[in-house]
Amino acid sequence: MSNVPRFWRNLKRRYNLIGTKCLNCNELYFPPRQLCPKCRRASKIEDVQLKGRGEVLTYTIIHSAPKRFEGQTPYIMAIIQLEEGPKLTAQIVDCDPTEIDIGMKVEMVFRRIQEDGDAGLIYYGYKFRPIAN
Amino acid sequence: MKVAIIGVGLTRFGELWETSFSHLFVEAGANALRDAGVDGKDVEAIFVGNMSAGRFVDQEHISCLIADQAGLNPIPATRIEAACASGGHALRQGIMSILSGFHDLVVVGGVEKMTDVMTESTTQTLATAADQEWEAFLGMTFPGLYAMMARRHMYEFGTTREQLALVSVKNHRNAIHNPYAQYHVEITVDDVLNSPIIADPLRLLDCSPITDGAACVVLASERKAREYTDSPIYITGSGQATSTLSLHSRKQIPVVDSTINAAKEAYKRAGKSPKDIQVAEVHDAFTIGEIMAIENLGFFNIGEGGKATEEGETEIGGKIPVNTSGGLKAKGHPVGATGVAQAVEIVLQLRGDAKGRQVDADIGLTHNVGGSGGTAVVHIYEKG
Repeated sequence: MSNVPRFWRNLKRRYNLIGTKCLNCNELYFPPRQLCPKCRRASKIEDVQLKGRGEVLTYTIIHSAPKRFEGQTPYIMAIIQLEEGPKLTAQIVDCDPTEIDIGMKVEMVFRRIQEDGDAGLIYYGYKFRPIAN
Repeated sequence: MKVAIIGVGLTRFGELWETSFSHLFVEAGANALRDAGVDGKDVEAIFVGNMSAGRFVDQEHISCLIADQAGLNPIPATRIEAACASGGHALRQGIMSILSGFHDLVVVGGVEKMTDVMTESTTQTLATAADQEWEAFLGMTFPGLYAMMARRHMYEFGTTREQLALVSVKNHRNAIHNPYAQYHVEITVDDVLNSPIIADPLRLLDCSPITDGAACVVLASERKAREYTDSPIYITGSGQATSTLSLHSRKQIPVVDSTINAAKEAYKRAGKSPKDIQVAEVHDAFTIGEIMAIENLGFFNIGEGGKATEEGETEIGGKIPVNTSGGLKAKGHPVGATGVAQAVEIVLQLRGDAKGRQVDADIGLTHNVGGSGGTAVVHIYEKG
């Protein structure tokens, strides 16, 4: 990423899972949208806090990763449908790659995502982990 | 609609370390003009598909570069970018320039030079076809996106790991008869299943390679085409559509709705339906991509692409031969060139010039996808 403003402007989204809501149709969005695709110019967008709980819709186990993620391989990436409806992509942690499955219930955790080398920025944000039964 | 293709040209696809970016384009363009019997002075404009010369060869403003190197200044040249679908989009822009009456004869090309940088850099550039903020930043890779589609396809429809492998096996077999292809080696299902895991469940031999190459076609209006040939191939349908950039934002994960929408438009414009198509080049950047394509284009029901592949329906001699060129998997995938190279293959097939891989067809189709399905473009071709 290597660009401070680009990361900074999404801090609250990445740290606290704050999405957006269209007050005109009540649809929720994460990642956030500034315009509701259903209502377009009639959109009335405001921030909304998401609970950070959801279910795995599909997943992959990454073996061949970009340099910044090489130390983590093999790691699990998934599409998660949040309880409130929106779907997002996130890494699944605290889970053995043989245990992950479609339908697994997961919750958000705050973790380190990547960093700009030894002396650069460290980027934090959301990952998800299985909810203990 | 009716626009003629009166000439086609390719470069060899592969790791072409001795050949530069502009050299690739000029070679394919000269081949296409020679094939058409058209002199350079009769070319009115150039449209070129290219994904990322800026990152791959550190050169933007490539429309100017290629017109210059082709000796075609001062004609207008325009670059079109839509990730891996750049070539297909350039073709559509060329078609529109003819149908609008603006031009009578243009060259449409696609070019990508991917091996001037290290593999790490190439894969990072390819990942820019995905959502940088909400997919790639979090550790998602481009093969990872297709792996998630494959996983969900297997979950919903019972598609098997072997069925995915069979796409690759078929396309490698077809490429043996394509002299321009990157690979001329047959592989087995076991080879695929034992190749290194890239993003589970996809393995190395499920993925298209990194390729240098270029492809060009000469487009002409119906009237202009008659000056050069009695038997042009006509493009009779064109469709283009978008979807969300991120895979996670789509209604369904194992269905590429941009393909469905682009195909709907192309079939409507051509007055054809999926059952009329006799040969197709589809976007098999990953094996699951071909299985979804043959479903979303309407050749088979959703969920039955794996079974159809296993039953040989997409082989040469099958119900609908798919990727007779070897596809992106075995012919190679120089991303910006791919959409135009697909058109070249269908023209060769309809003209009867496809030699060892020839099928009996009068109507063909090409299907080119950008990213994980954020963009798709479909064209339909008929014998004149």
